[in-house]
Amino acid sequence: MERDKSALQQKRKKDLNKGLTVFVFLLPGLLLFVSVLIAPIVVSLYTSMLDWNGFTQGTFIGLANFQELFTSGSINFWGALKNSLLLALFSVFIQLPLALLLALILGRKPKGERAYLTIFFMPVLISTVVIGQLWLKIYNPDYGLLNRFLELVHLEGWKHIWVGEEETALGSIIVPTIWQYVGYHMLLMYAGVKGVSTDLREAAMLDGATKWQTDRYIVIPIIKPIIRVSVIFAVTGSLKSYDLIRILTNGGPFESTEVPSTLIENMLFLRNRYGMGSTITVMLIALCFAFALLISAAFKEKDN
Amino acid sequence: MNGKKKSLIHILLVLWSITNIFPIYFMLTFSLKNNEEIFGENVLGLPRHWIWANYESALNTGNMALYFVNSLFVTAAAIGISIIAAMMATYALTRIKWKMSKLTNAMFMLGLTIPLQASIVPLYVVLSKLHWLNKYTTLIVPYSAFTLSMSILICTGFMVDIPYDLDEAATIDGCGLYGIFFKIIMPLMKPALSTVGIYAYLQCWNEFMFANCFISDSKHRTLPVGIKELSGTYTTEWGPIGAALVIATFPTLIAYVALSSKIRDSFIAGAVKG
Repeated sequence: MERDKSALQQKRKKDLNKGLTVFVFLLPGLLLFVSVLIAPIVVSLYTSMLDWNGFTQGTFIGLANFQELFTSGSINFWGALKNSLLLALFSVFIQLPLALLLALILGRKPKGERAYLTIFFMPVLISTVVIGQLWLKIYNPDYGLLNRFLELVHLEGWKHIWVGEEETALGSIIVPTIWQYVGYHMLLMYAGVKGVSTDLREAAMLDGATKWQTDRYIVIPIIKPIIRVSVIFAVTGSLKSYDLIRILTNGGPFESTEVPSTLIENMLFLRNRYGMGSTITVMLIALCFAFALLISAAFKEKDN
Repeated sequence: MNGKKKSLIHILLVLWSITNIFPIYFMLTFSLKNNEEIFGENVLGLPRHWIWANYESALNTGNMALYFVNSLFVTAAAIGISIIAAMMATYALTRIKWKMSKLTNAMFMLGLTIPLQASIVPLYVVLSKLHWLNKYTTLIVPYSAFTLSMSILICTGFMVDIPYDLDEAATIDGCGLYGIFFKIIMPLMKPALSTVGIYAYLQCWNEFMFANCFISDSKHRTLPVGIKELSGTYTTEWGPIGAALVIATFPTLIAYVALSSKIRDSFIAGAVKG
């Protein structure tokens, strides 16, 4: 009896000690995570329902911000959303197929496989601000490479003030965005392709399958989880896009290339509408999670 | 296989390589040219006169030297904090058994999906009320927080591969939980350091949105915002801008040449396990 008690006490003491150790080890991470990510999101949920300029107290107005966001033309949320969804569309249907094609080709061990891999991944590492500046030099109306090339091949009629005209501005953003991250998706898919066992490939080839058939019926189904991750990254990445737009068009001309992230910044620094800024933030987070879940569900549905 | 198809594939690979290398070549060459060459006949060729003065104006007049040091400091500090916090958290999550460990891990993994934008408005309000804008720590703290989830994910991959027998043996030898962490786990986690470090480096070195919103004085500016400002002042002279772009990019490219497969591994580790 006595012995049981002391054993129990000792166990309690050990548990307490363990709990304390766990807490100590988690503390730095939790502090960072809660103060920079969790708390701001929780606060945003509340401030999204305020009419608030950031300095005064702010008045609670319920869902009026959301209502204004969806109905008012002065904020142009639908336009911003449309732009980022267009970007997502091009990413999924042009960037990812190209990445998959390159990954499949490199998976067949062509000559120079490693060199190609190294080159294709290079743009991913370069800052989007640098990429944006370089493309500005390409798009420059007077001295830019694009217009000078069009002059050279006598297609003067095709010349544009690429980032300054409403018809071409969004396209001028979509092209470099897609170009930069093909290598990223290619790398993920390539890692998957390399993971497919050679026995499986050889067996298929012995059965008379061509290389394309092997890729189509053996490799692609196996790397499907990676393709799913790529689609999620491409869509949420498009929703979050910011850098290239700030550099190339700054949302213009006539707000035709705004995206949700630039709207948030405008609410803060141009309009002093902190409540509305939070509202857009909440919408953006919700959309990112919703699309991630939707895409996952769509891939599961296809499997069944 | 027929030769036609094969050569078609090679043409595709070569073409895509050219579009990938070209911007870097373009950047390197026009950073050394004057306007006459860039705007005149020699747009694409190697520079005829190597104008190193472009680099001088970028570094001194354009303040790129200061921005470079700022970026270096902010990035190094953020990586350090992120790695230490991630190692400790991963240890508690994977090698100590307790009830809520799975749930806590899931919470940290939420960070992989939460966009950076989520924190902009509230952080800006809090930071400006506390007079905490325009400091190095204004960027260091959020950067280490936003790289934390990925760091934990990568560390977990490495830490679960360390045999659990080691912990048991150490416990029998009288080692406590702290002892196991410092004497056994930490030394074996060295390979994880470079993978986590590379990933965090790229996130922080290239980050633009927070830096653009939270830092308005030039003393604490980092490279991406510095380049944006520079291109505003040097609108007509391209050479110094080119030089600034090269200055901001060459550490990354040199590291890539030296560690290319390691760098690619860190991206794969992050995405495929997630």
